[in-house]
Amino acid sequence: MTVRRTLAIARKELIQVRRDPRSLLIAMLMPVLLMGLLGYGARLDARQLPVWIFDRDGSQESQALLHQVRASPYFALVRTVERYDALVAALDAGRARLGLVVPPDFSRRLRSGERVAVQALVDGTDDNSAHLAIGYAEAILDRFAAEVQGDWIRRRGLSERAFVAPLSIEARTWYNEDLDSRHFIIPGVVALAMALVGALLASLAVAREWERGTMEQLVSTPVTAAEILVGKLLPYFAIGMADAAICVAIAVGWFAVPFRGTLLALAAATALFLLVTLLVALFISVTIRNQLGASQIAILATLLPFNMLSGFAFPIDQMPAPVRAITYVVWGRYYLTVVKAILLKGSPLGDLLAPMSALALYALAVGVLATRRFRKSLD
Amino acid sequence: MSAAGEAVVVQDLVKRFGGFTAVDRVSFTARQGEVLGFLGPNGAGKSTIIRILCGLLRPTAGRALVAGFDVTRDPEAVRARIGYMSQRFSLYDDLSAIENLRFFGGLYGVAPAELRQRIAWAVEMAGLRGRETALAGTLAGGWKQRLALGCAVLHRPPIVFLDEPTSGVDPMSRRQFWQLIHRMATDGVTVFVSTHYMDEAAYCHRLALLDRGRLVALDTPAVLRTTALRGAVLQVQAPPTAETLAALDAAPGVLGAAVFGDGFHVVVNDASAVQDALPVFLAARGIPCQAVVPIAPSLEDVFVQRLGRRDAESAA
Repeated sequence: MTVRRTLAIARKELIQVRRDPRSLLIAMLMPVLLMGLLGYGARLDARQLPVWIFDRDGSQESQALLHQVRASPYFALVRTVERYDALVAALDAGRARLGLVVPPDFSRRLRSGERVAVQALVDGTDDNSAHLAIGYAEAILDRFAAEVQGDWIRRRGLSERAFVAPLSIEARTWYNEDLDSRHFIIPGVVALAMALVGALLASLAVAREWERGTMEQLVSTPVTAAEILVGKLLPYFAIGMADAAICVAIAVGWFAVPFRGTLLALAAATALFLLVTLLVALFISVTIRNQLGASQIAILATLLPFNMLSGFAFPIDQMPAPVRAITYVVWGRYYLTVVKAILLKGSPLGDLLAPMSALALYALAVGVLATRRFRKSLD
Repeated sequence: MSAAGEAVVVQDLVKRFGGFTAVDRVSFTARQGEVLGFLGPNGAGKSTIIRILCGLLRPTAGRALVAGFDVTRDPEAVRARIGYMSQRFSLYDDLSAIENLRFFGGLYGVAPAELRQRIAWAVEMAGLRGRETALAGTLAGGWKQRLALGCAVLHRPPIVFLDEPTSGVDPMSRRQFWQLIHRMATDGVTVFVSTHYMDEAAYCHRLALLDRGRLVALDTPAVLRTTALRGAVLQVQAPPTAETLAALDAAPGVLGAAVFGDGFHVVVNDASAVQDALPVFLAARGIPCQAVVPIAPSLEDVFVQRLGRRDAESAA
């Protein structure tokens, strides 16, 4: 393998990308577009869920509860209605995600220290939102109940201390203090954007030579398979790293994702992940030999497993064992582990040796496979 | 080197694609500094032989030595010593002329100082001065062809393979191109050229006639003209219709007939006998015949007869 021949290929490839508007557009716009779309679109926590309330009591106490709901960042109190069927209609039409019904004897029973049930009707078509809505509503009611209980005890001149629950959990969330789902989704989007651009561009690289007939000339020269592949990899690697830098800048600068690790660790992990992605795409490009087919398969091969099986959308430790076994060949899972650890935990590279070595081994294996697969022959 | 002065040695070369035999037991040698032409209709195996010699295709059987190296066992050594110009002038259309040259110079490992010199030479040779930065895809046929040649010989290979280098190029450019080929040969470069242009065949030192994968004849154009043809050639001045052609083919003593320009060339065994009988034979079938003249056989006559084709169109 000679440096001169490798660089000749790299330089040529870079010129071709620069002159191809389609490739340029993919390289420059795709990451920004994806970050914008998924950064805003992909949230697993709910904010401002529309709530409608049918207050049958109309007392001071029920107003206090309404106030609590209104104050929550998770709910937007759209309106209070006077009839039960208006509430049902709002849920049917999707205008309300949660309907609360305050019973007519709400204040009376509270004052007499009796148990009161507030009915919550939840739109379950989106189970994630439904779970969240119930959770948030329960939290608000628990707090309200505790306040009422406190009042009740004080009013009777009893000592509050005697009624304090003997056990309680004092939960403190680490790494993602606000439990903002964006903080764990966006690092994944960075990886996704980079993988998509890299896979798309690199999958065209070898197939293009076959399709345009230039491969015949290329294989008649002393250039080796490894030189062609490394030469073609270099410019796409540079583009991918630049895209990653843009994405991380957007993630940290715009979406306020914390960056607690070192730039070096992030760059090293990103480089390995990108390398694997590009090599997989080149392997596909070597095998398929036509641009359309190669790019479609490359997108499928990178995007689909990444979305489903890398832990990006669904937690790996909750998958059934056979599916979990498959995730080990999804190279995105290693990178996601590493990138979240670096951004959110500030883990040093030393703690991430296992997933990093997995990526490095992966790159080596796919690289060898692609080089073997490349035949300098027209047969 | 296998033997002094032998640039290429081919022995019993066979190439099969599935059930189709593209090259059928072909043997020949080429000397250093020789311009060897491959002549034959489409599908005769010209390109396949060239591709095997460049190490692009593996022979099914037989042996080929190029610059002393076996193409099957040591293709990289072969590739370092050859220049190849494929049928489609496989340049990068989205690279400029100079970028193409630099790219191939880099692939052939030409040292930077030498490369500068060679690129200047190639630009001059191709007549591309002032168009160095034009994208290869925008260049007209002749320029493109010379640029492709420049790319293929930047590293001064001792052996050059040109696969139909002049197809789709205007006559002026073709003539210019052949001058370049001869200049290379004078410098000791062995040049293989495949073509289906008959006039170009005459420029070659030796010609290999190929038909359906077989080597039909191999000799100098002069020898081929005088000895390869079995019989004599008569030029027949008659209306160039299919009817006339059929009549000529059926005429007694005629071995073969083919349309040439506005008349026919007829290959016969006994020239004088047929010369007298033919006008009468045609007149009896209502075909006017102005003249029947014996002529020296051209390469085309040889080509048409030896390849057993009636249709000389592709050879025109």
